Amino acid sequence: MEGENAIRLRPPRHAVDTRAVGWWRTQCLVTTAVPAAVLAVLGVLIDPARGWLLASAAAVTAAGLAWTAFFPSWWYRVHRWEVTDEAVYVRTGALWQESRIAPMSRIQTVDTARGPLEQLFGLATVTVTTASSKGALRVEGLDHERAAELAERLTELTGAAPGDAT
Amino acid sequence: MSPAGDPDGEEWRRLDRRTLLVTAAVLAGVAGGAGVPVAAGLAGDRPLAQAVGWVLAGALLLILAGTAGDWVRWRRTRYRIGPDRVDLRTGLLLLKSRSLARDRIRSVDLTANPLQRVLGLTKVRIGTGESTGGGESTLELELVTRAEGERLRRTLLARAAVPDAGHDGVLAVLDPRWIRYAPVSFVAPALGGAAAGAVMQVSEWFGAQAEVLDWIGDRFRDVSLPWMIVDLVLLATLAGAVGALGLWVEMWWNHRLEREPGGTLRVRRGLFTSRSVTLEERRLRGVELVEPLGVRLFGAARLDAVATGLTEDDEDKHTDLKALLPAVPRAVADRVAAEVLRETTAPTSAPLAAHPPAARTRRLRWALAAVLGPAVLLAALGALLTPVLLYVAAGWTVVLTPLALLLARDAYRSLGHALAGGHLVGRSGTVRRSTVALRRTGIIGWTVEQSYFQRRAGLLTLTATTAAGEGAYSVLDVGETAGLALADEAVPGLLRPFLEQPETPRARSTEG
Repeated sequence: MEGENAIRLRPPRHAVDTRAVGWWRTQCLVTTAVPAAVLAVLGVLIDPARGWLLASAAAVTAAGLAWTAFFPSWWYRVHRWEVTDEAVYVRTGALWQESRIAPMSRIQTVDTARGPLEQLFGLATVTVTTASSKGALRVEGLDHERAAELAERLTELTGAAPGDAT
Repeated sequence: MSPAGDPDGEEWRRLDRRTLLVTAAVLAGVAGGAGVPVAAGLAGDRPLAQAVGWVLAGALLLILAGTAGDWVRWRRTRYRIGPDRVDLRTGLLLLKSRSLARDRIRSVDLTANPLQRVLGLTKVRIGTGESTGGGESTLELELVTRAEGERLRRTLLARAAVPDAGHDGVLAVLDPRWIRYAPVSFVAPALGGAAAGAVMQVSEWFGAQAEVLDWIGDRFRDVSLPWMIVDLVLLATLAGAVGALGLWVEMWWNHRLEREPGGTLRVRRGLFTSRSVTLEERRLRGVELVEPLGVRLFGAARLDAVATGLTEDDEDKHTDLKALLPAVPRAVADRVAAEVLRETTAPTSAPLAAHPPAARTRRLRWALAAVLGPAVLLAALGALLTPVLLYVAAGWTVVLTPLALLLARDAYRSLGHALAGGHLVGRSGTVRRSTVALRRTGIIGWTVEQSYFQRRAGLLTLTATTAAGEGAYSVLDVGETAGLALADEAVPGLLRPFLEQPETPRARSTEG
């Protein structure tokens, strides 16, 4: 069945909003800045260990900046989503990529959430849960109006599907 | 017994009054257990009579207060089996009432520990089988008489019972010979360690730890230190094996797995603590055949149910509730699996498709990394600090490399997948090999994972999500095309719209 009959998963149709890259970069910068700042302040205050502390602050900053430069654009290329009448299909990750598919008939709840940073960028996250404890699908970095539309459409579609979704 | 025809159906009932007796007895036991070391400690710097007096007074206070509290709980707790709903009201200041719709009730489980059994009482747990609701979806009655528990079980699970002569009846009864698998389980070494720990702990309470150690030293005066260690390990293993036998008898005595009219499975077991777990077949999504290494070497396997609504309990109850069979000969496990799943041949014994050699390469690499990583670290430290560590690193590598490679090969051989009748079968693991047969209609989504290395090797991990059991079951490191074809065939239509044929078929074959 391999060889000429090889099959693979095609990427979902839609990319996330381009602003998501900026949002991810900001997140990376914040998570880098906090430990780097703590180390730097300690380095200034604690004389005997100044060299070590400042060096590790510099190392954290360098790693964080490299991470910020590299990963968000990779995430943007990988993170994609698609909703058909039958199923929701989401792809996430970078080094470890994960494609999740949930049939419409098994979806239990549809939530949208907007953190403070997401609001700043005009973005929202849609979470779709199924009866499985490990079955939640998340679409991050959608334009918030588009996310609201999507949530509404999903709610409509799932409402039409029969059964108790287990 | 139809719900509406039950004359007692609609009145509020109380728990059994003897619940208080059980509470008092349990508290007395707790007070006794805590009191002995406390009294021993107090007796160090004051007269013995005084210490015992203090402890007795404290114990009495504890028992009285606890029993009084339980009396209030007993007074304020009422339950009612109505025509449509089951209600429970309880609480002193914060009144709690919980109501379950009768047509959603999926399980009625009875548990009685020895004390409760002597008094003819039992704990009843009524569940709706929803795993999302946390504690909200179960209702516990603590305690009612055994007859009342049995009545509740029959009333609440009485459906339109259509006797099914082909499938009803006893599926498995305990064969006492199965006890031979108890000492090879992982319980044995754990119990051995616990026994050694307990000896040390108790002797410390009485300040006699040093004497115990001296005594052990005296016993082994004539042998060298390595032999003493070997002897002690053997002793602990023996104690562990005896403990495992005892535990097995307590857990599995009187075990009986049967199918009752109306489509429920019932597991009854236990020597001192009797347990009765009822499982509606509607909740069943498959079975998991578990072969821990020791048990597998003796050709045996354990059988667990994969069902919805078993996850809401705390960890130990969880394993308790899903167990269908103890470790039994493999053929018996397969036969029971087939009968439980209503298949003519057991999905768990279906011939499995092997996974690509790339999966073996990955496992061999992991094994080498797990052995050589620490070895390199030890060697580096040895070069810097002391040559002794160099010898340790060499010994470590020589001893563990073959073992790790053996395990890796076995892990690869364990990998496999199949579609058997209405079930998706996936197998993996070496120390704990697990074969999961999941009902295809119970699959509520797919997750396809690929790490960077898996993408390069043309592998993927296919995970079926389900409402039951652990929520997701994986087929590890399957070939890309084989895995996607498997998912497409298992749940027709779901994956198809998202599949494509690459424009230029890759030259590298993903399956050998």
